[in-house]
Amino acid sequence: MKLLLVAECRDGIVLGNYNELLSFAGKAGGDHAMFLVGRESSLPHYGGRLYLADSVKHGEYRPDNHKKLLLDTIAKEKPDMIVFCHSSYGWDLAPRVAWALKAAQVSEVVDYVDGDLVVPVCNAKLRRVVRVLTGTTVVTLQAGAFSPAGELGGSPVIERVTGDNESRIEFLGYEAVEAGGVDLAKAEIIVSAGRGIGKPENVEMVAALARALGGEYGASRPVVDSEWVEHSRQVGTTGQSVAPKLYVACGISGAIQHLAGMKKSEFVVAINTDRDAPIGEIADVLVVADLTQLVPILTAKISAL
Amino acid sequence: MNILVCIKQVPDMESKFRIDASAAWFDTADLAWRMNEYDEYGVEQAVRLKEQVAGADITVLSIGPDKVKETMKKALAMGCDRGVHITDSDVSRRDPAEIAGIIAEYARDKNFDMIFTGMQSQDRGSGQVGVLLAEMLSCAAVTTIVDFSYREGRIEVKRELEGGIRASVALNIPALVTCQLGLNKPRYPTLPNIMKAKKKELLSLPVEDLRKLESRQQTARIYFPEKKGGGLVLEGDPARLADELIQILKQKTSILA
Ligand SMILES: Cc1cc2nc3c(=O)[nH]c(=O)nc-3n(C[C@H](O)[C@H](O)[C@H](O)COP(=O)(O)OP(=O)(O)OC[C@H]3O[C@@H](n4cnc5c(N)ncnc54)[C@H](O)[C@@H]3O)c2cc1C
Ligand SMILES: Nc1ncnc2c1ncn2[C@@H]1O[C@H](COP(=O)(O)O)[C@@H](O)[C@H]1O
Repeated sequence: MKLLLVAECRDGIVLGNYNELLSFAGKAGGDHAMFLVGRESSLPHYGGRLYLADSVKHGEYRPDNHKKLLLDTIAKEKPDMIVFCHSSYGWDLAPRVAWALKAAQVSEVVDYVDGDLVVPVCNAKLRRVVRVLTGTTVVTLQAGAFSPAGELGGSPVIERVTGDNESRIEFLGYEAVEAGGVDLAKAEIIVSAGRGIGKPENVEMVAALARALGGEYGASRPVVDSEWVEHSRQVGTTGQSVAPKLYVACGISGAIQHLAGMKKSEFVVAINTDRDAPIGEIADVLVVADLTQLVPILTAKISAL
Repeated sequence: MNILVCIKQVPDMESKFRIDASAAWFDTADLAWRMNEYDEYGVEQAVRLKEQVAGADITVLSIGPDKVKETMKKALAMGCDRGVHITDSDVSRRDPAEIAGIIAEYARDKNFDMIFTGMQSQDRGSGQVGVLLAEMLSCAAVTTIVDFSYREGRIEVKRELEGGIRASVALNIPALVTCQLGLNKPRYPTLPNIMKAKKKELLSLPVEDLRKLESRQQTARIYFPEKKGGGLVLEGDPARLADELIQILKQKTSILA
């Protein structure tokens, strides 16, 4: 088996998630090479062959262009599997490459067992084992599913890749979401509100429990998207990463993007009406209850201690 | 302007799932069904675009069994003009390339200027159908958009990247975008609009006429992940639960100590 690992770069800096690609490669076995549209000034710690295209010329979001560079590399390398991270770069580019190669693409792989790819179904409530029917396979790996491959070292043997830089898409620039607001990363206790709170008035219920415990309140994305809570309180991949002593998830199902932001919490309590909610997988205590009943009682009892 | 929105009907994720007899999918009986969350943002954005551009027309398309018409009616009530239902009782077995291929076959000669899809479906969640469709139609595509504007044949969108960063990009139509959560605020259909939607055209086409690609992957089996954490599960009367939880917090954490 031969793998081509597709690394990513942002603002000229190679992203650390190539580490997860290497961890997957270790599990899959066989030879590998890496592909990167990036800068020579920021290279992965990788001792193998690196196909490097220049991101000054080819941009960081020019998918038509990156697709062509990658296809040229694939034509040389002839990999059996092309491996991306399931990231904003990977899920955008992978299907373009898969279609050009007439290859099957398996998205958001969480495990690789005896040659079978495993992916989540229905918000991680179920898992699916996928059998690929094409010679070449394109995969994207769920962030965090393949933990970094220990000490990495070495400098790559660089093989330059270049081509035309036509693109139908014009990149105008990056912008950071406005900073400020609450710094949840400092909080030792966080009580978060999920969509299960049902209505904006119930944010106060969750905030009251947070106050009673002497902590801050946070939220999952739908609560922030609905503008019930400000963005600085969002926990998850597109919000803040937190690691409090206690995290209480109220009406939060436990989607991977939420877990990514809070799984380092020391102790996790989940309050959820659904006994099978995926949050139960990482919670130290899952309280199966309607939060609108439980939370006020809990707050009153804690305040009375 | 000719607009296409692709929507998928998915089970409510809070449902109690059971594995079906084939062991390759879940039992679809007794589940509540709704519009894939990401697609609601696509429908809303299409309707806003129509409100901006005089004479624009929106087709909403969905592949699936008869019951997907219920979800399509919601999209019509939100403001889509016509529905195209591709009848397919085997939709859960199709891989993303097959799904995209079916849509492409329908869309090929319709000259859509703008296509909206969700960035991923909540049940299968491949995040592929939109981009594959664009590739098949040789149309430019941008994924994961959280902001959209249109002016004189050109769109400007913001892609959401990891860690709260956004990338602004611009491109000419025809274009396809895949919609991320929070792109807009999907409207609730009003009662008069629900009534009006009942009179809108809802065309049904058999999938056999449009399916030209073979599946490139299969589901070998589906299973429930093992509960690894071994966390405690508490159930019962809320007042008692609160006491139990307080005891646990006192014993297991330094909080409340
Ligand atoms: C690229 C990308 C990035 C993302 N980034 C983030 C992120 O940073 N943060 C984030 O949170 N999400 C993020 N998401 C969204 C994520 O996938 C989920 O959609 C989201 O986390 C779901 O939020 P939720 O758990 O509050 O809602 P739901 O999934 O709808 O869950 C609601 C839960 O509440 C329970 N419930 C309902 N009523 C009650 C009640 N009365 N009492 C108790 N429980 C109840 C239900 O059983 C259910 O488990 C991202 C998604 C993508 C694709
Ligand atoms: N059966 C379907 N009918 C219509 N559109 C679909 C269907 N399946 C997927 N899509 C569209 O493709 C998007 C991405 O789906 P997926 O690739 O399955 O994650 C969805 O958000 C829909 O817009």
